Amino acid sequence: MAMLEVHDVHAYYGNIHALKGISITVEEGEIVTLIGANGAGKSTTLKTISGLLKPRQGHVHLNGEDLAPFSAHEVVYKGVSMVPEGRGVFSRLTVSENLDMGAFHRSDRGGISADMERVFDLFPRLEERRTQVAGTLSGGEQQMLATARALMARPSLLLMDEPSMGLAPVLVESVFDTIVDINKEGTTVLLVEQNAHMALQIASRGYVLQTGEIVLKDSAEGLRENPTVQKAYLGID
Amino acid sequence: MAKTSMNDLRIPLRLGLIAGGISLGLSAIGMVALFGQRELVTNVLTLGEVILLAAPLLLAYMSARQAPEAKAISAILYGLITGIVAALPLVALIVAASTLDLRQFLPNVSPALIELLTFNQGVIAGSLILTGVFAATGVLAAIAYNLPDQIRSPLSSGLLWTLTIGLFSEILSNRLRAFFGSGINQILFDGKALNPFAALALFIVITVIAAFWGRRKETVQEQISSLPPARQRNLRLASIAAGVVLLLILPLILGTYLSEVINNVGIFALMGLGLNIVVGFAGLLDLGYVAFFAIGAYSMAVFTSNGSLGISDLTFWSALPFCVAISAFFGLMLGLPVLRMRGDYLAIVTLGFGEIIRILALSDMLKPVIGGAQGILQIPKPPFFGTSLVQPEQLYYVILAGCLLAAFVSWRLSESRLGRQWMAMREDEDVAEAMGITLVSTKLLAFSIGAAFSGLSGAIFASKLTSIFPHSFNLLISINVLSLIIVGGMGSLPGVVVGALILVGLPELLREFAEYRLLMYGALLIVMMLMKPEGFWPSAVRRRELRSDEDDFTEAGALANEAGD
Ligand SMILES: Nc1ncnc2c1ncn2[C@@H]1O[C@H](COP(=O)(O)OP(=O)(O)OP(=O)(O)O)[C@@H](O)[C@H]1O
Ligand SMILES: [Mg+2]
Repeated sequence: MAMLEVHDVHAYYGNIHALKGISITVEEGEIVTLIGANGAGKSTTLKTISGLLKPRQGHVHLNGEDLAPFSAHEVVYKGVSMVPEGRGVFSRLTVSENLDMGAFHRSDRGGISADMERVFDLFPRLEERRTQVAGTLSGGEQQMLATARALMARPSLLLMDEPSMGLAPVLVESVFDTIVDINKEGTTVLLVEQNAHMALQIASRGYVLQTGEIVLKDSAEGLRENPTVQKAYLGID
Repeated sequence: MAKTSMNDLRIPLRLGLIAGGISLGLSAIGMVALFGQRELVTNVLTLGEVILLAAPLLLAYMSARQAPEAKAISAILYGLITGIVAALPLVALIVAASTLDLRQFLPNVSPALIELLTFNQGVIAGSLILTGVFAATGVLAAIAYNLPDQIRSPLSSGLLWTLTIGLFSEILSNRLRAFFGSGINQILFDGKALNPFAALALFIVITVIAAFWGRRKETVQEQISSLPPARQRNLRLASIAAGVVLLLILPLILGTYLSEVINNVGIFALMGLGLNIVVGFAGLLDLGYVAFFAIGAYSMAVFTSNGSLGISDLTFWSALPFCVAISAFFGLMLGLPVLRMRGDYLAIVTLGFGEIIRILALSDMLKPVIGGAQGILQIPKPPFFGTSLVQPEQLYYVILAGCLLAAFVSWRLSESRLGRQWMAMREDEDVAEAMGITLVSTKLLAFSIGAAFSGLSGAIFASKLTSIFPHSFNLLISINVLSLIIVGGMGSLPGVVVGALILVGLPELLREFAEYRLLMYGALLIVMMLMKPEGFWPSAVRRRELRSDEDDFTEAGALANEAGD
């Protein structure tokens, strides 16, 4: 049984039909990537998985359980945690307050402080800036904070929405290295990316989304070799 | 060269015109004349003259600050020009009033105002004197700017304190007489204002004390922080104990009239603590907050009234928990329909809710239960071991207990898990939900705890007044409470008290000027938003948000303080 199974999901914003029958599966321990142009519906897909948006048709199963009856905060308790697009840190709170918020639904103090150490190992920059207000962090640091905060929930499935957005190439590489590290520690990752080149290097499989529909799915290698993908998303003619 | 200096003169000209415009406006709407009836220093200075000169003083100071080069003389020139220019609109007013019948369209330009502006010396001599006074004010401001800070700030404290004491002469002399007999009282005050010599002496003494304290402050602070932690804790405990004792004996010091004022401040502070949870902690803009105050008051009235509308024999104390619970329940009921609303929409719906409650209270439908426009009468004062708490000095303790309870609960909540939920929700609802925070219960708890505090306040209010009417629960109260938490500092508990003192206590003390109350409110709020948007006593989070341009703010804050006093 797949860890995450999205089956024939249709989602709407009012009358806008944003997702038109999407099906995705993610196996435990994988990194799966979702690529597509602006407005294709990638963020919308993540929102329907995390419960922020309810599908009008189709279903989302996590470890065999239908998530339809659960609202967004309950989905967090089921082990799904999201790094929102545009970072979405609490900009007036400090770095450590933000991290505390990430562990909000947990009550194991010992575990929380151990995880705090763990994310500081992953992101030493954040440790130096524990008491700094998140809004004054650089863009890259805010991205780190958003990722670190999502990890504080100790998720089994991490949904990441464009973690490389607006980062310098060096930082992009280190963000992707971190994703691989997180994955090696046992977290399954569903990664939405514009940077298809990098995403397809660390992912095992990928889906290509176009105007609300999955137009291609294949192994990462398969997608890298695919002429359409090369042309549209990798910038290779 | 000549051209640039001409250009530079635009600054004092512009600031002078602004100052003149402000003084002219204050005169034309009648504030100067009305305030002119209140003497601060007998036969020397009235409050009207103070507000007339405040704008030229402040703007000449600002203009001196912008003078080119660091030479004192150019700053003084700037101050002088600002002062003279500021007098021109008023001179025009004096001349116009002497030739035309201005009162047709400016009813407040009265002969009394013109007398005040011309120092009773006729149009020509009077205009010259007025211009001279404004020019002198401008020069004084410029000189003040050139003084070193160690001299300027004690001088300005001396001035502000002396003026404040003069303003409250009547109340202060009253209290002095109660404690020390009329001896010291006669030295300081003649009638309703400060004696000129006493004013001078006070000014000197306060300035000297301020100068001394200004120099010693840092060493004292250093000494305190270098004490061993145990001693520091003792010191802190001692100051808390002193504060508690002061709070307990306050009504004895204040006497009946001031106790009544403080009681009103307390009623509003209690509401402010509740609204602070809703708006300050949870970030939900509620403009109908008066509804819960009304519900608490009407519950108390219906439960305890001895009149025909009373339904039970409950006493104040046994009814109180019910009143609070009923208000909290209504808080919940309001919360339900607005769960999905944010920002402006939430504000509008809650505004409507407040009006609905007031109109229901007025309605014929509910008249048999809560008395319609006639309200509910004969509400007994709180009983206390056989007697009843009738005097403001006694009711003070009930209100104090309510405020302390609300402050304690707010403080514990802000440090709790729920407090963090509110904080996250206020920052970003979507991200908060993605963190696993249940928005529904978080919002509802904020609404109902806030409503409970307001209901408590209303219940005490009803028993204090002994009769209540629908018109006591209008929109203005909601606005008032919201303004006081903005002025004090959103989300800050001491800020609520400071805000209530400024927005409720001051107007009570300056009752003669009630018709200008809203105008001054508006002016104060605008000045606050420009100069000190985080409030007089901001919470840590708000302060942090504005810390990046700290330097600007301390400077603007000092200005705002000068303007505020
Ligand atoms: N809250 C909303 N209300 C209405 N329409 C929306 C909303 N959010 C997204 N949409 C629309 O739904 C479609 C899919 O948006 P989505 O945010 O999922 O795109 P995306 O693939 O994440 O794009 P990008 O790479 O630019 O982030 C777009 O046409 C967008 O305009
Ligand atoms: Mg997106």
